[in-house]
Amino acid sequence: MDFFSMCVFAAGIGMGLGAVGTGIGQGFAVKGAVEGVARNPGASGKILTTMMIGLAMIESLAIYALVICLIILFANPYKDIALKLAETAAK
Amino acid sequence: MVHPLLFLEFFRKLLAPLHIPDASADAISYTWLVILLLLVLSLLATSAIKSIPGAMQNFMETVILGIENMIVDTMGEHGRPFFPLIATLAIFVLVSNLIGLIPGFFPPTANINTTAACAIIVFVSTHVVGIKHHGIGYIKHFLGPIWWLAPMIFFIEIIGHLSRPVSLTLRLFGNMNGHELVLMVFFALAPFFVPLPMMLMGVLVSFIQAFVFMLLAMIYIQGSLEHAH
Repeated sequence: MDFFSMCVFAAGIGMGLGAVGTGIGQGFAVKGAVEGVARNPGASGKILTTMMIGLAMIESLAIYALVICLIILFANPYKDIALKLAETAAK
Repeated sequence: MVHPLLFLEFFRKLLAPLHIPDASADAISYTWLVILLLLVLSLLATSAIKSIPGAMQNFMETVILGIENMIVDTMGEHGRPFFPLIATLAIFVLVSNLIGLIPGFFPPTANINTTAACAIIVFVSTHVVGIKHHGIGYIKHFLGPIWWLAPMIFFIEIIGHLSRPVSLTLRLFGNMNGHELVLMVFFALAPFFVPLPMMLMGVLVSFIQAFVFMLLAMIYIQGSLEHAH
């Protein structure tokens, strides 16, 4: 298959897999926070703050995957080489 | 993917002699706008300080006292000298994030150069603060508790320290730029109602990312101020 369709394929699957792990991880974080608030409703302010920080940390892993996918789609460094190879192959 | 339809779009032509690409010219012009806005707000709030504060002064006092309380909570009393640096970064990042939600404005933090600049400032300050406070003993932070594992732990600590500005940059840039891209796609699909839930999430994400940036800056500076293990 040619270069550009592989790029799109890679970007889609890469971001999808990144989202799976992040979803599971953040689910565990929210589960712990909700159980904590259920046990001790008075501490809900601190628990909420800690949960927000934890969620932002976990989310940043998905953001790294997103940045790689954006680079693949929009700022691909191998695009010129691929175009040149396709031109010479077409001749 | 350059953001279409911006108010300060003429800056792209003004800055063209410097060979700056379109996306960076947008970020530069909106950074200037945020600087101007913050200066005007600060002058308005402090121009006539009264004992019983008016509206603008009251609002700014709440913000400043909130940040100061958070700094003293996280860093302890010796964190007070860093209040200007951390408060400036926090307010700049917050206003830059929020300004992107107004149609026709572009958040400067959606460009990787702005976020990299903020992250490098935090990175350099942690090391400068550590060296000023501990002198040459700052190297003990990198050596770990067990002395015969020190060479391996040194490399691991260096890699960990280098990953901090990378993660700060990419977290803020990824959140803001991802939000802008999703908004652009939604505008192309269904202009009036579909982007609205994304903009609500954008408000939440802007606040949370500014808060997390400020918190991480405080934790890194606190880590280089305290004694090694």
